[in-house]
Amino acid sequence: MKSTLLVRWRRQGLLALGLLAATAVQAATVTIACGASGPEVESCMKHAEAWARKTGHTVRNYTQPGNPNAALAVYRQLFAAKSGDIDIVRVDIVWPGILKDHLLDLKPYAKGAEAEHFPAIMANNTVNGKILGMPFYTDTGLLFYRTDLLAKYKLKPPTTWAELTASATLVQAGERAAGQKDFQGFVFQGKSNESLTCNALEWIASYGGGRIVNDNGDIAVNNAQAAKALANAAKWVGTISSVGVLNYAEEDARGVFQNGQALFMRNWPYAWSLAESPDSPVRGKVGVSALPQGDGEGARHAGTLGGWQLSVSKYSKAPEAAADLVLYMTSAAVQKDRAIRFSFNPTRPELYKDAEVIAANGFMASLLPTFMDSVARPSAISGLKYPAVSLAVTDAAHDVLARKTTPEAALRKLEGQLKLVRRDRW
Amino acid sequence: MLALMCVVAVWPLLRSIWFAFTETNINNLEASRFIGLENFFGPYGLFFNPNYTDGFWASDWGTAIRNTFQFAFVSVILETLAGLGVALLLNQEFKGRTLVRTAVLVPWAIPTIVSAKMWGWMLHDQFGVVNTVLLNLGVISDKIAWTADASTAMWSVVAVDVWKTTPFMALLILAALQTLPKDCYEAARVDGVHPLRLFWKVTLPLIRQPLLVAMVFRLLDALRVFDLIYVLTSNDSSTISMSGLVMREMVDAGNVGFGSAASTSLFLIIMLSAVVFLRLTRTKLEE
Repeated sequence: MKSTLLVRWRRQGLLALGLLAATAVQAATVTIACGASGPEVESCMKHAEAWARKTGHTVRNYTQPGNPNAALAVYRQLFAAKSGDIDIVRVDIVWPGILKDHLLDLKPYAKGAEAEHFPAIMANNTVNGKILGMPFYTDTGLLFYRTDLLAKYKLKPPTTWAELTASATLVQAGERAAGQKDFQGFVFQGKSNESLTCNALEWIASYGGGRIVNDNGDIAVNNAQAAKALANAAKWVGTISSVGVLNYAEEDARGVFQNGQALFMRNWPYAWSLAESPDSPVRGKVGVSALPQGDGEGARHAGTLGGWQLSVSKYSKAPEAAADLVLYMTSAAVQKDRAIRFSFNPTRPELYKDAEVIAANGFMASLLPTFMDSVARPSAISGLKYPAVSLAVTDAAHDVLARKTTPEAALRKLEGQLKLVRRDRW
Repeated sequence: MLALMCVVAVWPLLRSIWFAFTETNINNLEASRFIGLENFFGPYGLFFNPNYTDGFWASDWGTAIRNTFQFAFVSVILETLAGLGVALLLNQEFKGRTLVRTAVLVPWAIPTIVSAKMWGWMLHDQFGVVNTVLLNLGVISDKIAWTADASTAMWSVVAVDVWKTTPFMALLILAALQTLPKDCYEAARVDGVHPLRLFWKVTLPLIRQPLLVAMVFRLLDALRVFDLIYVLTSNDSSTISMSGLVMREMVDAGNVGFGSAASTSLFLIIMLSAVVFLRLTRTKLEE
């Protein structure tokens, strides 16, 4: 009698253990790289946690380095070691070609959702027929300006760099005379990292100086229009921008602008909702437009195409759960909420016609052509070598901004550097 | 023990040297292609490269070598002088000597990353305390971007390094001073020899050997500098060191082959520097 009881107990115990094990297999822990800045992590974790409550899984955030180059280096080292510590990687628009061997094909999980996003972004994320990432949000470089100050000095938003320089000089002198001693005309990203590559590409493309490397692989950066563009930017440092701009990334520039210390700012769309947040000193005084154009042949308004995708690591221990979270995070409902609350640009065309999205971000509808016409960095052609290309571009631009060299000499050196990077082939 | 050494030291070292002769991307370490000495002397290599349009010393690698040696020489000389001064002071009998000796070590005890970050904030152009103090004293009229401006960035790095490693030099020199025979100094005092003369003729020759050893240590350490520059400055061409360039090529750009070639060259350059330094000082000793 006693022994049968024991056996029964044991059996029940085993059953309970088995049940525990079964739920443990189902309830996975998924680590998602939400972003680098506080607002990014907050906005992303809000939705990721909602997903976790719904599915019974657990999510953890991985805050990636603020400098995209550093973030990429972390991922490449993790992937080289075949580590599955981070299940969902946040992938910059220039990375799919670099990380292609280490990302899971999301096609079986997407079930047609891929057709709902901008085709150009999906094409960028598709390598050899595999969907390596679902678009999270898209970005382009924009010009933010202070509507109140422009009205005070009876100025219009600038459409050329010359107008921007003239307005910035005037307003900076006026505001400094009025007691704002640290007021700056224009802030941008001059810190030596990927953001400077984006800024430099905008300057060069806006003067018709090309895209650094052509689509057929030719190095096309050493030209007179590109030199003119860099010379124009170098003139800002120490005049309408403080020398400190050489160490400004996105958040540094936003800090200055949002504190009311600058007239113009070059930044990504995310800065809009923060500038318009209730505790922002410049709330209601900010306007957004396309970046100014240069002059000469081929001059145009040029914003660098940015944006982030969510991808699943090939080494993830919970690929199904991770892929499910990726599709949830890139769904129309989540993208709409993120657009309204945090001004992250949706990657779904239909959301640009959504009344609520437009009400929160007027510029998204009016600047849709600007988004569609963004300049892509030469990542598709340079593939695995893109990080080295970007480093060389950053270096050249930083040297010119710091007045260590002339634009012509910097571009000649950059051309040589890019040949070194390319070697025989891209 | 031998096996352990092989696993943690010999194998990685040999692998890194092997990579220096290949074209390898971090994307797939197995897919490396042997290219001989091309990373060093080829058309895309570190030295004698036709694609360096402005000569070797303007290339990235040349700039890194220049920056590193500039940093190493200036900071080691300043640290030795400052360390010597501090050691002579601490060698005197005074009240609370033990406490001061311990306190002096604080900068050396702080991890470099922490002190670099700390100084980064103190030297910040907008809200840094250094600019505020200098502005209030009237020394400067405009805020200076110490770590961003190409003309001051390297000097900021040198200043922080001197601040950090002077205690190390002081400690080694102090140890040497403590071993000096007391009777020499007794005799000098009786004869009424001038203290400066005593220093040049007695103290300095007696502590020469330990001083040189300390300097070699510091020199080798300074030639490997990485963390201080990486954290404090934007790591661009005005401050990047040889190790910084290795990290950039190998990790940021993913060129494991080229980066390994640079790190192998770095190793050879440091070894050569040590040999030259020891040669120079030895001949002087024999004179």
